[in-house]
Amino acid sequence: MRKLTMLKAINEALRQEMRRDPRVYVTGEDVGVFGGCFGVTAGLIEEFGPDRVRDTPITESAIVGSSVGAAATGLRPVAELMFIDFIGVTMDQIFNQAAKMRYMFGGKAKVPMVLRMPCGAGGSAAAQHSQCLEAWLMHVPGLKVVAPSMPYDAKGLLISSIRDDNPVVFIEHKFLYGAEGDVPEEPYTIPLGKADVKKEGKDVTIIATMAMVHRALEAAADLEKDGISAEVVDPRTLQPLDNETIINSIKKTHRAVIVHEAVKFAGPGAEIAAMIAEEAFDYLDAPIKRVAAPFTPVPFSPPLEKDFVPSKEKITSAVKALLQE
Amino acid sequence: MAIEKEKLLWMYRNMVTIRLFEERVAEYFAAGKIYGFVHLYVGEEATATGVCANLRKDDYITSTHRGHGHLISKGGDLKLMMAELFGRKTGYCKGKGGSMHIADVELGILGANGIVGGGFPIATGAGLTAKYNGTDQVAVCFFGDGASNQGTFHEALNLASIWKLPVIFVNENNMYGISMSQKKSMNVPDVAARAAAYNVPGVVVDGNDVLAVYEAAGEAIKRARSGEGPTLLECKTYRYRGHFEGDPTVYRPKEEVEEWKKKDPIPRFENELAKMGILAPDQAQTIKAEIGKLIDEAVKFAEESPWPSPEEITEDVYAV
Repeated sequence: MRKLTMLKAINEALRQEMRRDPRVYVTGEDVGVFGGCFGVTAGLIEEFGPDRVRDTPITESAIVGSSVGAAATGLRPVAELMFIDFIGVTMDQIFNQAAKMRYMFGGKAKVPMVLRMPCGAGGSAAAQHSQCLEAWLMHVPGLKVVAPSMPYDAKGLLISSIRDDNPVVFIEHKFLYGAEGDVPEEPYTIPLGKADVKKEGKDVTIIATMAMVHRALEAAADLEKDGISAEVVDPRTLQPLDNETIINSIKKTHRAVIVHEAVKFAGPGAEIAAMIAEEAFDYLDAPIKRVAAPFTPVPFSPPLEKDFVPSKEKITSAVKALLQE
Repeated sequence: MAIEKEKLLWMYRNMVTIRLFEERVAEYFAAGKIYGFVHLYVGEEATATGVCANLRKDDYITSTHRGHGHLISKGGDLKLMMAELFGRKTGYCKGKGGSMHIADVELGILGANGIVGGGFPIATGAGLTAKYNGTDQVAVCFFGDGASNQGTFHEALNLASIWKLPVIFVNENNMYGISMSQKKSMNVPDVAARAAAYNVPGVVVDGNDVLAVYEAAGEAIKRARSGEGPTLLECKTYRYRGHFEGDPTVYRPKEEVEEWKKKDPIPRFENELAKMGILAPDQAQTIKAEIGKLIDEAVKFAEESPWPSPEEITEDVYAV
């Protein structure tokens, strides 16, 4: 099959949905001629023009809020925030307006918008351009939170997100933009709320998200050499979370390690661990372990930043420690 | 200005409806039958009425904490509004929104808003939809003087201006942001002056004069419909009651309230209509009695309506 980078897969999803549905438009800072901060929207303005690829000033509240208003009145905006770190600037429009409008209006409104934003450390961009804040968003009833790890998933999940009638936050790890994978040319959807088993195994379940899926797969390959068979589960969507796939895996392996780049305290792993403890406690042969970032802002200096992001070694040692419990 | 008699009478009826609705809400709030926070519009009726008298059903509005007057003016159903204030299942929001969130998307009412300044970008987005679809619909964003100090005001005005969106930003300047006088909260006398920063017309009008509001809003709306972009319309008015029901209003002199009551928009318009020979005093009384009955019916509907049932708590979080 044809290989595409995640960046190209997302671009293709946008292009195909814009062709399919004239109500879909793209908006955000530098999304037009510049092609997006990371190049995700490159070439769209040439095909669709400035009315459907709308460059905005640096004005995050208005980007998100105007998308809420446009979505509530019949369009299907796909807005880009340059970095997830900027949600703080615009949070009211995300969690008080977009997420609650339907509920507060007694179900008589829908807000079909997508908010795309890159997350993640690794480029020495320091603490205001490197965070993984998905836990903030998972906590908000009314939002859906998508966090793909592979180009194939990114394309199918983005198309589903654009077609979904709810506000969807679509988080892209910036160090996955260059990751290549098989991506079909035709449009296709992947249901939101459906996890994917990236690698089968029988001794331990590693639940990992976004960039950590790749690291978990590398760790699993190393563990295999030591005779340890790890299953890697990628939730793909954090809200709704696919409890069933995770629990089925635990029933098989009886051990869980959760890996994410967000800080550990009250991170996405806290919810996943609690869910496993509530729903699958009897299947566990050992305590649940979490491998995540320390409870600090993301540091600038390369060696510190490297240490901030969970490494393959930290994952393998967590798994080995768990197997000795 | 030649305004049809029918429209003039609609404006009168609408202002009276808002006033009587609000007075009744105050009564039921005091009696503990209406819950939460209630922010009343008494004294500001001419603003919503004058603006909405220019609007069509397919135009959009966003509203504020003090939203009942906007909703009534845009055609909101009194029974559904009252039932919502009573927290009943039959209310506009099935009892999940309350006073600060009543909406009727079918009527273009994109919600009252519990967040000061929350409506600016939303109205801008509704204006974008109109422009995107090539219709001549407009979006009206009602907001208070206090909200013009929020970042969203500036972001939305700027975006609407550079994109030439059909949005009319209607400032209801009632002189106070909760307890803070506008004189202390901003260093310009008029909110409308801020329009200059965005190359948008800024217009000041007597917000207690329904005909002046009607005319000024009409020009702004015409401008927006013809693709010339947004206007900032400032209506100088006053709220007779506190910021919310129960507010002791220690922050403003009683004389100031009394002064403004002399400029009450309803008797003022009654006199004008009498002078025009459109409304005799006994007709005004008849209209008030009729509207009183409609409000009785709304209250009866609300009181007799069922409460939401526990299983409804998780409904409508997501569209399926």
